[in-house]
Amino acid sequence: MGSHGIKDKVAIVGMGCTRFTEHWDKGADLLAVEAVNDAFASAGIDKASVDAYWLGTALSGASGMTLSKPLELTGKPVVRVENMCATGAESLRQAAYAVACGAYDVAAAVGVEKAKDSGYQGLNAFPIPNDGTARTLTAAAMFSMAVPAYAKKYSVDPAEMKRVLAEIGSKNHANGVRNERAQFRKNVSVDEILAMPTVAGELTVMDCAGVADGAAAAIVVRAEDAHRYTDHPIYIKALSSVAGDGGGLSDPGYDYTTFRESADCAREAYAQAGITDPRRELAMAQVHDCFTITELILCEDLGFAERGAAWKDVLSGAFAMDGDLPVNTDGGLKSFGHPVGASGLRMIFECWLQLRGEAGDRQLDTERGLALTHNLGGYPGEMVSCITVLGRHLG
Amino acid sequence: MKGIIGHGAYLPRWRLERGSIGATLGTGAGKGRRSVASYDEDTTTMAVEAARLALRSAPGASPSSLWFSTTTPAYLDKTNATTIHAALRLDRHVLAADAGGAVRSGVAVLRSALEGSSSALVVAADIRGGLAGGPDESAGGDGAAALFVGSENDGPVVAEYLGSAGATEEFLDRWRAPGDTASKVWEERYGEGRYLELGQSAWKDGLKAAGIAPEEVADLVIASLHGRAVRALSRGLASSTTNVVPTLDGHIGCTGAAHPFLLLSSALENAAAGAVIALLCLADGADAFFFRVNAAESSTPRARTVASQEAQGRVVPYGKYLAWRNQLRVEPPRRPDPARVSAPAAGRSADWKFGFVGSRAPGSSEVRLPPAVPGADPGVMADPAPMAEVRGTVVTFTVDRLAYSPSPPIVFAVVDFDGGGRLPIELTDVAPDEVSIGTRVEMTFRRLSEADGIVNYFWKARPLAADVNEGDA
Repeated sequence: MGSHGIKDKVAIVGMGCTRFTEHWDKGADLLAVEAVNDAFASAGIDKASVDAYWLGTALSGASGMTLSKPLELTGKPVVRVENMCATGAESLRQAAYAVACGAYDVAAAVGVEKAKDSGYQGLNAFPIPNDGTARTLTAAAMFSMAVPAYAKKYSVDPAEMKRVLAEIGSKNHANGVRNERAQFRKNVSVDEILAMPTVAGELTVMDCAGVADGAAAAIVVRAEDAHRYTDHPIYIKALSSVAGDGGGLSDPGYDYTTFRESADCAREAYAQAGITDPRRELAMAQVHDCFTITELILCEDLGFAERGAAWKDVLSGAFAMDGDLPVNTDGGLKSFGHPVGASGLRMIFECWLQLRGEAGDRQLDTERGLALTHNLGGYPGEMVSCITVLGRHLG
Repeated sequence: MKGIIGHGAYLPRWRLERGSIGATLGTGAGKGRRSVASYDEDTTTMAVEAARLALRSAPGASPSSLWFSTTTPAYLDKTNATTIHAALRLDRHVLAADAGGAVRSGVAVLRSALEGSSSALVVAADIRGGLAGGPDESAGGDGAAALFVGSENDGPVVAEYLGSAGATEEFLDRWRAPGDTASKVWEERYGEGRYLELGQSAWKDGLKAAGIAPEEVADLVIASLHGRAVRALSRGLASSTTNVVPTLDGHIGCTGAAHPFLLLSSALENAAAGAVIALLCLADGADAFFFRVNAAESSTPRARTVASQEAQGRVVPYGKYLAWRNQLRVEPPRRPDPARVSAPAAGRSADWKFGFVGSRAPGSSEVRLPPAVPGADPGVMADPAPMAEVRGTVVTFTVDRLAYSPSPPIVFAVVDFDGGGRLPIELTDVAPDEVSIGTRVEMTFRRLSEADGIVNYFWKARPLAADVNEGDA
């Protein structure tokens, strides 16, 4: 019994990503086809070369036929993947394992979400028949409970706390301005964010990720085959996934200043990748900034900052583009919105660009060679978490 | 000895200033207030609250049957008393049934219970409405009351039943077609005349059945939706030494089916030992009941008396009141409507959903809310943990201005229960600025939503009422 990871066994050799926006004129079918065709072009292959597909979508379709029909695939295994907001990253994890074990030579992970067809703002899940007793709050309200909890535990003045969160939002918007695929490409100042009315607890609308439609895709092959497709493959260093037991909801010891599942997931990922000091070893990180408070807490759960210290690092700019460890360099969920099934692969796409030196005027120094993406689905106390670590080099 | 072995009354927190009705509609000014059930209450939830108080006042006693009476039921065809039965966690052998439709139904159930041989919990609740600006809207009140009828074999008898008599007559005073929300009434003076004669007839026969003289009656309770008849009979029947129990018109209003029980509960709270209480109900006839109080309750003060609840209350604006009663169509939240509750899912988790029962390890303070799924850790969390009567403390909280609610915003808190157990849960009867970390709360049975005519009942937490101390039941 043991978890071993598949470090350096699988490489990403092609990726595609649509613009994330309100695609009133495109359905999930067209978005998925666009992303996957871009990925094929990137790898220099066509659909016939791909042996198996994993389609991540949380709300936009059931079964693999959500992809096989529009892409006109016949005789191929295509399986739908769903793991809440970690859906997109999970589809890559499934495809990578299938290649690593030798079952297939070439696999595709596709993530898509058509979130803007519901007629309502925000994300609205299909209700599973139930007894009616489960909480029906918005995610914003659930995450907002972490704000006073964090401030109280680490003695951060409430006004200072709001400023820290506004700094995170402002930073991610500034990064998004430089990304042609982002939904919102507008600088938003800290003061502008602070002036917004609250929607849930102390969170304003500018502390929340938006909602968008979008799709992204990746082609994976065994590492030894990677150079057949590209001169600059990106190697998978770790794939880590944790589903929580919901214990945080009923455990009086849980204090809403950490997301245990994400911390557990990070420990596993670092063990697989052989990382001991993520703050120094990672060149960049894309984390699940569904709300600004989420990014703050994740910076501690993922080991980028000491417990109780992330708020100071935010204020000192440690996670900005020119900081010690740039976080959400593409603009994050804040600038992209959150098409659930696509977001994880969109984050991986940013790592792909950065590690290959293709990020244009967002380009970082990636000399450290490693990049991390993190997604979570659920709420404080009950969530799933998925982490991917990618690298420029073998070894 | 048969009689009342427990009683309890529930008045919702909200009050409508009658003056605000006229101010809104541009009509005359009204005086006083009336009680208003919140948007998340109905007659079933209020009945649960009253019944909990009645059961608490008779520790150790368990009724053989549960009867629920209302003119404003949450359901037709489906029994509402079974919901109350589930919330009270009564044994499945306890009969639970509705006796609804008219105010007289509850009165009839009380008589049957007092004349019967087994114990019964008789609960009544009403939400009294009417067309905007009308006398019913203004004079009505919302509330519930429960009388626990039993003998000394069931528990100490608070008030011994001495006897009763009734007079039944077909005449048209007040009526409402099924589906209508407002009643209609015939010219008041006609009903007044009928009730005067019927009331005097029932009174005379009742005194005879109870074997007492009129001057022995210390406290006279007259309950009816016909206010003029109440006033006239109060003058006619009370002797010089009789105390006429106040009808709560000024601050509560007439709570219809609940009013006879509510006023009797109020009288019992204040009566002296040995005093005879007469209850005269005027509804499609007249029924007179006579009781003798065994021990004065004033010597053992109780929490949540009618008087203490009457003295409380927070004002709801008339517009919000109209919206709560669906008489004013307001813009709904721009969120998907709530899904209907699954009947089998609700049935499987009835202990949790209706009874608020979690699970715990034997002898452990670790409580699982909702209960652990059997089999995950076999036997370890297998004991039921009833939490409805357990108080808690707010650990952290939030205000959700986006989520669906019939009356936004939702105030939501993580609550740690005394002695173990934690649950993130919605708060009610609270303004966003009234909650803070450390706020003490108690559980209350409410409706979360309604879809496809199915009411989604569950528990919410509310800040401890101002008339309740930490030590009070």
